[in-house]
Amino acid sequence: MIERFLGWLGETPWSVALLESLYAWPLVESTHVLALGLFVGTTAMMDLRLVGIAFRKVPVTAFTGRLLPWTRIGFAIMTVTGLLLFYSQPLRYYHNVFFRVKVVVLILAGINAAVFHVGAHRNALEWDHDTRPPRGARIAGAVSLSAWAVVVITGRLIAYNWFDCDIQPQPGWVNWLAGCAAVLDGTE
Amino acid sequence: MLEPFFRWCEATAIGQAVAQSVWAFPILEAVHLIGLCMLGGALLVVDLRLLGVGLTSQPVARLARYARPWLIGSLVVMVTTGVPLFLSEAIRAYYNTSFWVKMCTLPVALGFTFLVRERVARRESADPHDPGSVTDRAVGAVSLALWFVVAAAGRWIGFS
Repeated sequence: MIERFLGWLGETPWSVALLESLYAWPLVESTHVLALGLFVGTTAMMDLRLVGIAFRKVPVTAFTGRLLPWTRIGFAIMTVTGLLLFYSQPLRYYHNVFFRVKVVVLILAGINAAVFHVGAHRNALEWDHDTRPPRGARIAGAVSLSAWAVVVITGRLIAYNWFDCDIQPQPGWVNWLAGCAAVLDGTE
Repeated sequence: MLEPFFRWCEATAIGQAVAQSVWAFPILEAVHLIGLCMLGGALLVVDLRLLGVGLTSQPVARLARYARPWLIGSLVVMVTTGVPLFLSEAIRAYYNTSFWVKMCTLPVALGFTFLVRERVARRESADPHDPGSVTDRAVGAVSLALWFVVAAAGRWIGFS
């Protein structure tokens, strides 16, 4: 069902045009990479503050209030360019092991951020100036730093086709992780 | 003129080891990207403030002081991963325009950051909420522009 939809999506004229374009695809990809500096960069600076190892005299609410809008702009650029890249080759990314890991960790990072905002951040004014924020905030910062590192690394590795369904034989667990069963059956 | 040197680079043990390994280049690239994120964050916190946006409730000097170890640390990561990446494909880099754009802009960006921006950002202001002078804004903008060129040209090495 999903595969049929993604197969159709990848054959739409705009998807084909984007993938085969001389400059559009590299420009979208480069924007995606450069926006990392804005999105992950500002996120990481805030996380380091939450963990308590950098910017220790800068109030946490300065980060969540004044830097976060820039992080959001970065996130918007990442999302738009990321969706375009996915749209250029949906089926290939869908069956790419690194893409799958990236999406799962991306969701975990989102849940972590949401938990922080409804949790420790709610009474942030009480610990705004603490050089060592409360446990919940420190955990949120550490989880965020680790999760985004994994997202960046797996994101970069999506470019490599080592574990793609058309590269066989692979260990069973690799094929399972890449969801290659349908492809290998020939039903796809 | 420099081509023999680039050939020598590629022939080094590290260059050959990275070029012949399946995993080394991708892993180095991924860590290079982690460095890019940290570098971007460490630069932006200060540059945005110089531009009069971002963490405007904080004095520039304080932000610059806190960001400095992360700026230097990320540059160390960039260089230690970037050098072996270069060595593994030095001859290709020699004929790559983007590589030269990056390598010509990089020393300018480094010089500007540590000689000009450092001095401007560390100057203690009487008013911590100082909205930022014309000089501050210009320095922030030039810093961002220079590093943008370095990063964009760096990414484009792979496309050209």
